[in-house]
Amino acid sequence: MSARTTAVHRDGRHDARGFDVERIRADFPILQLQVNANPLAYLDNAASAQMPQAVIDRFVRYRTREHANIHRGVHYLSEVATREYEAVRAKVCAFLNVHDEREIVYTSGTTDSINLVMHGYGRKFIGRGDEIILSVLEHHSNIVPWQMLAEEKGAHIRVIPCNDAGELLVDAYEQLFTPRTKIVGLTHVSNALGTINPVKEMIAIAHRQGVPVLVDGAQAVPHLPVDVKDLDCDFYAFSGHKLCGPTGVGILYGKARHLEAMQPFKGGGDMILSVSFEKTTYNDIPYKFEAGTPPIEQVIGLGAAIDYLSAIGIGEIQAHEDELLRYATDRLGALNGVRIVGTAAHKASVLSFVVDGVHPHDIGTLLNEDGVAIRTGHHCAQPVMQRFGVPATARASFAFYNTLREVDVLTEAIVRAQKVFAV
Amino acid sequence: MSSTSQLYQEVILDHNRKPRNYGKLADANHHAEGLNPLCGDHIWVYVRTHAGTIDAIGFEGQSCAICKASASMMTAAVKGKKLADVETLVGEFRDMTTGKLDTASGTHHLGRLTVFSGVRDLPVRVKCAVLPWHTLHCALNSIAMVSTEGTADPVPDSGVERTDHA
Repeated sequence: MSARTTAVHRDGRHDARGFDVERIRADFPILQLQVNANPLAYLDNAASAQMPQAVIDRFVRYRTREHANIHRGVHYLSEVATREYEAVRAKVCAFLNVHDEREIVYTSGTTDSINLVMHGYGRKFIGRGDEIILSVLEHHSNIVPWQMLAEEKGAHIRVIPCNDAGELLVDAYEQLFTPRTKIVGLTHVSNALGTINPVKEMIAIAHRQGVPVLVDGAQAVPHLPVDVKDLDCDFYAFSGHKLCGPTGVGILYGKARHLEAMQPFKGGGDMILSVSFEKTTYNDIPYKFEAGTPPIEQVIGLGAAIDYLSAIGIGEIQAHEDELLRYATDRLGALNGVRIVGTAAHKASVLSFVVDGVHPHDIGTLLNEDGVAIRTGHHCAQPVMQRFGVPATARASFAFYNTLREVDVLTEAIVRAQKVFAV
Repeated sequence: MSSTSQLYQEVILDHNRKPRNYGKLADANHHAEGLNPLCGDHIWVYVRTHAGTIDAIGFEGQSCAICKASASMMTAAVKGKKLADVETLVGEFRDMTTGKLDTASGTHHLGRLTVFSGVRDLPVRVKCAVLPWHTLHCALNSIAMVSTEGTADPVPDSGVERTDHA
């Protein structure tokens, strides 16, 4: 533990940069919960983040004053709902540095976004013998859709390896390209290890070969500033609920020329210009991908979550979370019998670990006894587990509302679990 | 005492540290593989039956303490037992862990296996405790090919794959 983190910790309220974590915590009613007679220490943010009162209030306002179906009615409520719903595209554009709202597609989540690219782009442009490059760090949601496509089309998947720290091997990646490579799927931040991948550099490599890149940003957008224009990615996917917003909503950013070239994935209302039994004309982007009544209040809730996070500042959030990660890495790293899995130089606030002699599931159950919520298991990233030779890990993942004190509680709970197991 | 502390008591920790009947059984005539995909518990149960009785039993795999101790105590409990009695015990163990059998009042044959009763209060851990029993059930039922898994299995998505070894 460094002297600096000790000093910060003793202060308890402000960290070194004056980030007032207690004021932020007051925005989140759920953080006041007691679990098993202990204050909740919610350290499972990579699975889903908690929702601030501002977003909850936005739901209430929508449901009490604004709800109707969108893009349909000429009446007052439909106009209000449509306006509020569409206004979120501009918020997402500002959040990702996108200049064309047509490039923002509402989906039900990251998985849905990736599946949309697979069906809309992959099924149209990838054929027998073609190749898809994915990294070993991908979440199952960026593996399985491409396997389904590969099986359907007779295409092949090539995998970018990583080193023992959990960093992708960029040189090996460069060697994977062939004239048959048609797309690259790449996670921005590993959900299991926290590695921040050098996506900008990797996108540039793909583009030199004329290959588009889909970035899974589910674990990145809550933790670091994302500028898709700077990255120059072709597609970028993320979910609302990891961003302090609701479940059931996500975003697919896609370059307009790709979206225009893509075939719709779901057919139905709202995605058409005209329908007859002889011929249907699809709507323009992004609407041609948004069939059916969308998750209107979830989209509006996502907009409120983006407003909330933007007001704090993603840079501020990142700095506080870096502090938490450094402190947690120091404290857990100092424990006998604890091994941190994923030690990349550039990491988001995810700490995966294993404890000698105690299975991650037992760790999770015993930590829950102390009010500490972590994730245990393979984190929907079994190739990562195989790469590191573990069946599962315990994973603490931090958000900007977590405190250094909660890192202490986590550390003490691990020590207690070791005592129970006498290891 | 909380259900968690009750569960992680000495007998379970002891079986986790020093599992009984651990290892592959070379002359098994039945075996099955059990997997909890969600948490990664992965075990194999090997059984040698003779004249309607379990002659020998072994298990191996990677799992949490609850699963490993359950497997260890199961092998000790069923060795030498008639197959019909084993199936009764499998049913009773499942009922105990899912809260259908109150071990304090109901009649049963669980004996020391009641140390697992606390798992009923930890729904996500029920699968860990039941997996060895479900795997044993699958191994034994591959003989007659009469399976009541659909109704007898309290955790039907636990992902046990049966492999016949006839």
